[in-house]
Amino acid sequence: MMGEPLSDYKAPVQVHFSPYEFNGGTILAIAGEDYALIATDTRLSQGFSIHSRESPKTYPLSEKTVLGCCGFHGDVLTLTKVLGARLQIFEKDHNKPMPTPSVAAMLSTILYYRRFFPYYTHNLVVGLDEEGKGCVYSFDPVGSYEREFYRAKGSASAMLQPLLDNQLGGKNQQGVERQAMPLKQCVAMVKDVFTSAAERDIYTGDSIIISVVTKEGTKSEQFPLRKD
Amino acid sequence: MAAPCVEPAKGGFSFENCSRNARFEQMGLKFPKAYKTGTTIAGVIYKDGVVLGADTRATEDTVVADKNCAKIHYISDNIYCCGAGTAADTEMTTQMISGQLELHRLATGRAPRVCTANRLLKQMLFRYQGYIGAALVLGGVDSTGPNLYSIWPHGSTDKLPYVTMGSGSLAAMATFEDRFKPNMTKEEAMKLVRDAIAAGIFNDLGSGSNVDLCVITKDKVEYIRPHEIANAKGVKQGRYLYKRGTTATLSSDVKKIEFDVIGTEVKTSAQPMDTQ
Repeated sequence: MMGEPLSDYKAPVQVHFSPYEFNGGTILAIAGEDYALIATDTRLSQGFSIHSRESPKTYPLSEKTVLGCCGFHGDVLTLTKVLGARLQIFEKDHNKPMPTPSVAAMLSTILYYRRFFPYYTHNLVVGLDEEGKGCVYSFDPVGSYEREFYRAKGSASAMLQPLLDNQLGGKNQQGVERQAMPLKQCVAMVKDVFTSAAERDIYTGDSIIISVVTKEGTKSEQFPLRKD
Repeated sequence: MAAPCVEPAKGGFSFENCSRNARFEQMGLKFPKAYKTGTTIAGVIYKDGVVLGADTRATEDTVVADKNCAKIHYISDNIYCCGAGTAADTEMTTQMISGQLELHRLATGRAPRVCTANRLLKQMLFRYQGYIGAALVLGGVDSTGPNLYSIWPHGSTDKLPYVTMGSGSLAAMATFEDRFKPNMTKEEAMKLVRDAIAAGIFNDLGSGSNVDLCVITKDKVEYIRPHEIANAKGVKQGRYLYKRGTTATLSSDVKKIEFDVIGTEVKTSAQPMDTQ
């Protein structure tokens, strides 16, 4: 027979702990004919506070491959570390850096490996493909990925993507075909979309870093945004 | 029968839809959120008056809803009030108390006192147990001299020589704790409040854009908006114009508008036309 529970007995309490945080940040990538471009803002924040104004969310993986990674900064740090190690092993084994499409495929498996405790990261991989054409791969946090021409990710992605659809995709316009944009015009547009996003998204600001991958290698430039 | 909603309100809030909305929410409907002014507001007492300050950002979750809103509200000719919290609540509460105070002024024939405004505000907020989400900084000059209060949404108040409120209150208070001193000059006080608000603007994501100030002395009010444009808008690099005909047209139809000629008039200009 079941007795009465002891008078000091308390039912088990489940302590709630959330292992994730959102640290803001926006990344944007565009594939051109013979270049690939990736831009990131440099603000790292949590709630209503700014942790850093100088924290870019792009990570050079090799001479011709750049990763854009934002979301939970703890996972960003771990994921980039894991990726870096895997790429180093590859390079030692094969005596050459891993090609960009292979980096994308590998990142997908790394992400899916954590299917039930995912890395809370939004990822973009940019570089040049086997033919020397610019390529952009975009990922969801659990490893679904796709090659695209342009893509925005992170906190202001919903503000940037429609503008890219319009300017680069020529969407919903009569008599407009999607065409490759010259690099100079593309860089100017990237600065403009980030300037606009910083006006309305509180997690985007301080400055952006634009990295351009060409067959000569990767070049970066910084551009200021509003700081409030 | 319940009164139809077209009838003019008798005063007070309407709770007509409360039970219906609670049912909707149970069924999984999400309601739109009110604008919050995640804010930095502050005030100091100086030698001959009060300086109030505020930023100008209003947010809706993580999106900036208004880049240049006014958070320093009029209470009476000698009293102003900064508002943080739910935008609608700060606006309506200060408006309502402003009205009551004006009637009080007409009834007594005296300029209203800041402690009166404070009591009206705190009693109103306490009555609604914090459901009116207004956090206020009330300041003014009356027959007793300069006065400054902070008022919390549940109705508690503090009477202090320097106060801050809103999500940027810690950044602003840090500036005050560092540099406040009694009996400052007007210039010193304005600089200090500007720096306190700027600390909020740059370090608190809920605050942003410009600095507004309001300087109240015995016989003058300077409402300075903006006192400083702390964040200039970025300059566009490209041009984004569309060719004529970019918008798809499904069909077009040109119709002639028929109208009657009522009269005709021939006008000749004073100077003959130059035809050479």
